[in-house]
Amino acid sequence: MLNWKHKDLLGLEELSKEEIELILETADSFKEISLRPIKKVPTLRGKTVVLFFFEPSTRTRTSFELAAKRLSADTVSISATTSSIVKGETLKDTAKNIEAMKVDIIVMRHSSSGAPHLLAKAVEASVINAGDGCHEHPTQALLDMFTIKEKKGRISGLKVSIIGDIAHSRVARSNIWGLTKLGAEVTVCGPPTLIPQGIEKFPVKVTYDVEEAIRDADVLNILRIQLERQKSNLFPSLREYALNFGIDAEKLKFAKPEVLIMHPGPINRGVEISPEVADGPYSVILEQVTNGLAVRMAVLYLVSQGGK
Amino acid sequence: MSILIKGGYIVDPENKLEGVYDILIDDGEIKKIEKDIDSEKCELIDGKGKYIFPGLVDMHCHLREPGREDEETLLSGSLSGIKGGFTTLCCMPNTKPPIDNQGIVEYIYNENKKIGLMDIFPVGAITKNLEGKELTEIGELKKAGVVAISDDGNCVMDSEVMRRAMEYSKMFDLLVISHCEDKNLSRGGLMNEGYLSSLLGLKGIPRQAEIVMVARDIELAKLTEAKLHIAHVSTKETVELIRQAKKRGIKVTAETCPHYFSLTEERILGYNTNCKVNPPLRTPEDIEAIKEGLRDGTIDVIATDHAPHADFEKDVEFEQASFGMIGLETALGIALKELIKTKIISLSQLVEKMSLNPAKILGLDKGSINIGKPADLIIVDLDKSWEVKREKIVSKSKNTPFLNWTLPGVIEYVFAKGKLVLNKN
Repeated sequence: MLNWKHKDLLGLEELSKEEIELILETADSFKEISLRPIKKVPTLRGKTVVLFFFEPSTRTRTSFELAAKRLSADTVSISATTSSIVKGETLKDTAKNIEAMKVDIIVMRHSSSGAPHLLAKAVEASVINAGDGCHEHPTQALLDMFTIKEKKGRISGLKVSIIGDIAHSRVARSNIWGLTKLGAEVTVCGPPTLIPQGIEKFPVKVTYDVEEAIRDADVLNILRIQLERQKSNLFPSLREYALNFGIDAEKLKFAKPEVLIMHPGPINRGVEISPEVADGPYSVILEQVTNGLAVRMAVLYLVSQGGK
Repeated sequence: MSILIKGGYIVDPENKLEGVYDILIDDGEIKKIEKDIDSEKCELIDGKGKYIFPGLVDMHCHLREPGREDEETLLSGSLSGIKGGFTTLCCMPNTKPPIDNQGIVEYIYNENKKIGLMDIFPVGAITKNLEGKELTEIGELKKAGVVAISDDGNCVMDSEVMRRAMEYSKMFDLLVISHCEDKNLSRGGLMNEGYLSSLLGLKGIPRQAEIVMVARDIELAKLTEAKLHIAHVSTKETVELIRQAKKRGIKVTAETCPHYFSLTEERILGYNTNCKVNPPLRTPEDIEAIKEGLRDGTIDVIATDHAPHADFEKDVEFEQASFGMIGLETALGIALKELIKTKIISLSQLVEKMSLNPAKILGLDKGSINIGKPADLIIVDLDKSWEVKREKIVSKSKNTPFLNWTLPGVIEYVFAKGKLVLNKN
């Protein structure tokens, strides 16, 4: 079996198909731990994991923290408001100080694209990107792929449509790289203002027509719409966005019978997704969250083995 | 004391002089430029196999004094310039406080007089505090000694303000230098917009942010008949707009910088903040068009846009990093590598663009080697090359994307204002 060679996990763009499959297979073997009465294994006993979050996050941070604890690692959580960043210290200085306390893995969420890359170069500890700006969110895409594989039995040959703010979405980018490497066909859909420049060079199809994105799709991954985008005139109003791109029961009439509805959360009910779809029979939104744990356990485990 | 430069190959486009000559310098003044000058009683510099250019003139650099003396000073900037073959520098007004009043202009002249290595000419602000709203006292700035006006990094967004600045400065025959950037289009942008910015998740600056402002300023130059100079051309469309404007007889000149004909946006991959610059690095087609613009004369000047930044402003998240790179020490080397070794322009054209043209555009008595004038020239060995090393950088700041590049052309001697200020020995 393939060995994991990297010190860090910064994104899916730079990974091979085999490396992504290795993470998913490892996650598969970890999933069962969370179903046991005693949800703990000694895999990372004696290791320290720092959760370094510069942006608000409940789901991702909790998921990483539980994943680390179920592997018996010690965890420390630092958020931007409590760290010395507010005192004018640079990211690199803060990281060097944390490293001086001999930590093994740093999980980082940051609003600036490339921040984990800066960190990874500065420290010897492994760095896991928990979302950087508009760049990548690899563990989210991995848990999305894990969920698709679990439900559909495969990824290769499936049609996945990602709907929403593609331009500013790290979830979209990581999904595009991961899914296409594993042989899925990806379509992105949103208003032209939310489709990134140079999209023609990404391995995806583009449509502004939500019906077209829904028809033939095996999976719909619906992205969260950020309210502040409306203030920069990227669309006229949330109401108009919901009318054109919000996925509701009406629009789902065009969908395949066994379509999977996914959303990285947190959901804006009634904006990008209607409550009846979010809570409906095709929704796997909560299963995504469950699988997030297994995927993050796998990633923590692999980076702790990598680069040694 | 007399110095004789023996057997060097002079390139002086102003005097249409190109060939092997001896130069006799007495008491800092050029006395003779002839073949085979008698070398008795002279200190001898062997120019054999070397090239002699007029001292380089940089019409666009940032020397950070006053305000950010930790990044650069007039002294360290002078030394950095000398290392790169520059004997005249024009410093941009975005100092702290900005060069928007007579007092700061006088401060720069006075401080530089104490240093005395070379001429440093300040560029004054177009508007007070570079805010783009109210004109500075342009007449007084001119009297105090500014050689041009510019709001530099802050493009004057209000077209009416820009029109009036150009119209008003005409009576002083003062050059208006425009940093062309539509700040609404570029807001929040970090690099050239396109596939790579989308790949890296960095907000893009569309090339149109530059193009639309160049088009506007060309039309304002037509309207006002003022002297307009377009700073740091970075796109192929800009080159074409300037080419057409010159054909239409509009008084416009233009500069580009070494990084716009040597580096593409791909250099940013890996979030390399030393390649974060404004305007941003573009694409291979832009580089080709800029080289063609240099070749056919559309682009008159190669300036450095030397922008020193402290490590702590560059060694941060890409989004937080300052824009800009240093360039005084590498400009000639990059130009030799990208334009001369590749035979895109001649040495004579290179000297025009790095010395004579900026001097002419600014109305400075520089850019040529003349009998009766103080020696202001450099002696370069074009057969030798050197490696850009961090520890060898003279500038106070080290933010260059050219680290570890091997560049042709070792500058062996620099005469500035009659004084030998750099000697390889």
